[in-house]
Amino acid sequence: MPNENVIKGIIERISGPLVIAKGMTGASMYDVVHIGELGLVGEIVELSGDNASIQAYEETSGLMPGEPVVCLGEPLSVELGPGIIEQFYDGIQRPLELIEDVAKSHYISRGINVPALDRAKKWKFEPRVKTGDVVEPGDVLGVVQETVVVEHRIMVPAGVRGTVKTIRSGDYTVEDVIAVLDERGTQHEVRMMQRWPVRIPRPVARRLPPNVPMTTGQRIVDAFFPIALGGTACVPGPFGSGKTVIQHQFAKWAQAQIVVYVGCGERGNEMTDVLLEFPELDDPQTGHPLMKRTTLIANTSNMPVAAREASIYTAITLAEYYRDMGYSVALMADSTSRWAEALREMSGRLEEMPGEEGYPAYLGTRLASFYERAGRCIVMGKGDREGSISVIGAVSPPGGDLSEPVTQNTLRVTKVFWGLDANLAYQRHFPAINWLSSYSLYTETMDSFWDEKFDDEWSGLRIGAMTLLEEEDQLREVVRLVGIDALSKEERMVLETAKSLREDFLHQNAFHEIDTYASMDKQFKMLRTIIQFHHAGMDALKKGAAMDELFGLPVREQIARMRYLEEKDIGQIDKLEDTMKEQINGIVPVGGESNVA
Amino acid sequence: MLPKEYRTISGLSGPLMMVENTTDVRFDELVEIELGNGEKRRGRVLEIESNRALVQVFEGTTGLDLADTKVRFIGKVLTLPVARDMLGRVFNGRGDPIDGGAPIIADKQLDINGMPMNPYSRDYPSEFVQTGISTIDGLNPMVRGQKLPIFSASGLPHNRMAAQIARQATVISGHEDFAVVFAAMGITFEEASFFMEDFRKTGALQRTVMYVNLADDPAIERTTTPRLALTAAEYLAFECDMHVVVILTDLTNYCEALREISAARKEVPGRRGYPGYLYTDLATMYERAGRLKGKKGSITQIPILTMPEDDKTHPIPDLTGYITEGQIILSRGLHRQGIYPPVDVMPSLSRLKDKGIGKDKTREDHADLMNQLFAAYARGKEAKELAVILGESALTEEDKAFASFSDVFEDRYIRQGEYENRNVNDTLELGWELLTMIPVNELKRVRDAYLEKYLKPRLEKKAEQDKKA
Repeated sequence: MPNENVIKGIIERISGPLVIAKGMTGASMYDVVHIGELGLVGEIVELSGDNASIQAYEETSGLMPGEPVVCLGEPLSVELGPGIIEQFYDGIQRPLELIEDVAKSHYISRGINVPALDRAKKWKFEPRVKTGDVVEPGDVLGVVQETVVVEHRIMVPAGVRGTVKTIRSGDYTVEDVIAVLDERGTQHEVRMMQRWPVRIPRPVARRLPPNVPMTTGQRIVDAFFPIALGGTACVPGPFGSGKTVIQHQFAKWAQAQIVVYVGCGERGNEMTDVLLEFPELDDPQTGHPLMKRTTLIANTSNMPVAAREASIYTAITLAEYYRDMGYSVALMADSTSRWAEALREMSGRLEEMPGEEGYPAYLGTRLASFYERAGRCIVMGKGDREGSISVIGAVSPPGGDLSEPVTQNTLRVTKVFWGLDANLAYQRHFPAINWLSSYSLYTETMDSFWDEKFDDEWSGLRIGAMTLLEEEDQLREVVRLVGIDALSKEERMVLETAKSLREDFLHQNAFHEIDTYASMDKQFKMLRTIIQFHHAGMDALKKGAAMDELFGLPVREQIARMRYLEEKDIGQIDKLEDTMKEQINGIVPVGGESNVA
Repeated sequence: MLPKEYRTISGLSGPLMMVENTTDVRFDELVEIELGNGEKRRGRVLEIESNRALVQVFEGTTGLDLADTKVRFIGKVLTLPVARDMLGRVFNGRGDPIDGGAPIIADKQLDINGMPMNPYSRDYPSEFVQTGISTIDGLNPMVRGQKLPIFSASGLPHNRMAAQIARQATVISGHEDFAVVFAAMGITFEEASFFMEDFRKTGALQRTVMYVNLADDPAIERTTTPRLALTAAEYLAFECDMHVVVILTDLTNYCEALREISAARKEVPGRRGYPGYLYTDLATMYERAGRLKGKKGSITQIPILTMPEDDKTHPIPDLTGYITEGQIILSRGLHRQGIYPPVDVMPSLSRLKDKGIGKDKTREDHADLMNQLFAAYARGKEAKELAVILGESALTEEDKAFASFSDVFEDRYIRQGEYENRNVNDTLELGWELLTMIPVNELKRVRDAYLEKYLKPRLEKKAEQDKKA
């Protein structure tokens, strides 16, 4: 427990966010310390003799050698309990709203100590077990309605088990004892709040393969490069290619029960945008505001750099906590490059031997162990409950050059790669995910999932469409060299359909009230219609229909407008098949069999 | 208590000075240095190791020696005296007046490093600023509280454009209290006087605060100049309720100065010798733009940087682009064609555009029209490239339409006079007029209702005229 063996040292050296203190014998790696008279929060990152190197989570200006450093003997931990959802935290889980209250300022001042969970708020607790039940870690003792959509399950903390001696329903604060467990004579008091060190993954009972899709409502993602529940994905792209908009789209429409969004070293206004917009937007699954299932963590680029390093771990620990309750959690990290840069900055100040581009040699292992905390699993406790964490990390490669260490190390561990393309962004083709370079290792698993739902039609459509896009790329090369006239009618048809796929299916306007989200049903119908037109068109061309007439059919206009149909009207898409046939029949010359040019 | 005086300098190297046997020195505090000849300089503590302090000298170490130089630690960080009277004044890169006027009578002393804004306390910028430049208003709309840099290169008219924005920027809703804060870092006397002259001519000087560090001023001082300007801007915006436009030029010089200090400290370099913390350092400046809840004022930043060798992937423009809310990129090609302002439309971007435009802000059709113009121009450029290889005759009819659209677009939409102030309505109308050159079924980015409302009347008129002709 804290306070029992407090270690006091004094400051020896200060260099930006790095503070070296002496007289720290007995302190452990990654213990939290309070630095100086102001009590700035920091974390020990290196020990040597009785010297400890500390990364400070707050600006160190004004510190002086000789000031005290107090080690609390506990690693950096987060508070877990009801009240996390709808919160807006900084990188070390301090609520930003409270910071504003305490500091009485619009700016973040230093040395502010505020609790992560509201200590005074009473929550209505309803037990799910009764006296005499035997419980083990992870078992649900009872529930609290945290928000309209989130039922917060209070679990038996790790390392505690026994027979329930007392448990009562009622209104409690997070610090009140809600149950007493008896473990062979030892009494354990259980409170709603528990603590967990952020750098240690929370245990699970058993891990499961990720074979259930997590739909995102984004057509290029769901149809071509899907992510599974419990999967990992990365979105690298140069600035201006729409990384943040994509992350926001996922946070809005991903089919997850809980969303953790961490803005790591990014713009302040972007976080404000989320904060203002999410309470206004309704989740298509629950009908309630998105904010009711979201928690935000912001460590913007101008906030202290070391806390940026911690923010990623804070976020994933919160995600794990909700996973343990049996929820599907989606974690968006924007951007992991800034996190890596924070590592690099601290490593440089610690005078470690640099690896590639100045990044520390352990960059790869750190990234891998972060992404490995994602996954689908059976959580601890009875009842074989399933939970998952899907991680989507944005990467900001310098100059858009994907060969840099952060991107390369990320690609090694993530299963989905959505490569953003600056040229697509310049043409305002959003989402600017390049369909030729991106990949998803879940594609085949998801194909079989959707085939089951859509009468075995899905994978054929997907592969057909992908092949057309690939062919288009080759044909465009030919056109570039010898001109469009060199192509056959069939090849022209391929180009037309590929264009239709790009403009009418892959392109999706995040700011259009309807187009911003497409259900799987809608995606399936749209894709099927485009491919149907392709086959019908090919057929008609073979029968001698004129190319210009075919490409100019009014039904193509309707195909282009499918995306703007509301979800309740998507039945209309099915009718296009008849319209299409009718119009194509109108342009095929009577009896005109095989007079292909 | 009088601060202790040290004569224990043990080393000088580049802009850095090591002082020995120090006690009670605070990290980041201000240092006063007195040379043997009585000249005074200032510095800042960069690092402390028990009883040694590493000091960065703002004015450079030329002329300092180990024996006679005296050092005093002031015990506070570098502050800037601020008051409303700063308006209309010109200061050097250290914050001392150089216009011959009296020193500022301080209303407050503010830490020049500022503090990070609490993201919770921010107010989202959404008020459209009309700059009178079509490529900005129509395609990359700017809002109050945004940070929108101009990526330029040597020999391009970025200064003229920045001056035009400063001169013309207004909000549609009417006249409000505004100010311009201008920070020059390492620019030439000629460039600085261009701005001063322009501000004087248009009467804007009364509303302007200038911080000028010229090319021959100490390079290290450049690392403080923009922070002085932003501190002044914060005071004017959030304590005097003014709408402040901050122009920072040229960020490239700032970054070079930062690299110089980093190299002198023998730090592990990141890309191209720039320090690994360049991103964080730039962010602490750029992020000072914005709006705060419950405050009337705002800070809009227009940093200007010249891309070395027109290279957008160079660390300075690259890191800037990752922090700022978009970028306006100037194109040498357009400049060569004699088009002013030579805004390279494709890679330019305003990230906050969607919140600033639309019904009740500019016009309902703005967003769709903007997307359509981008798409059409991109297609036109592509068609023109194709025509270069294969000849005009190889293009399809549509491609030909797009190609000629892109030419007219450059000539009429992008090009405008340096003193031409187009209001946003004219810019939008011009956009629709140009779209009449393209077949309607190719206009996929626009909602039917808007095509009906804005394009159809024009097409009908055009058809009528064609008939007459």
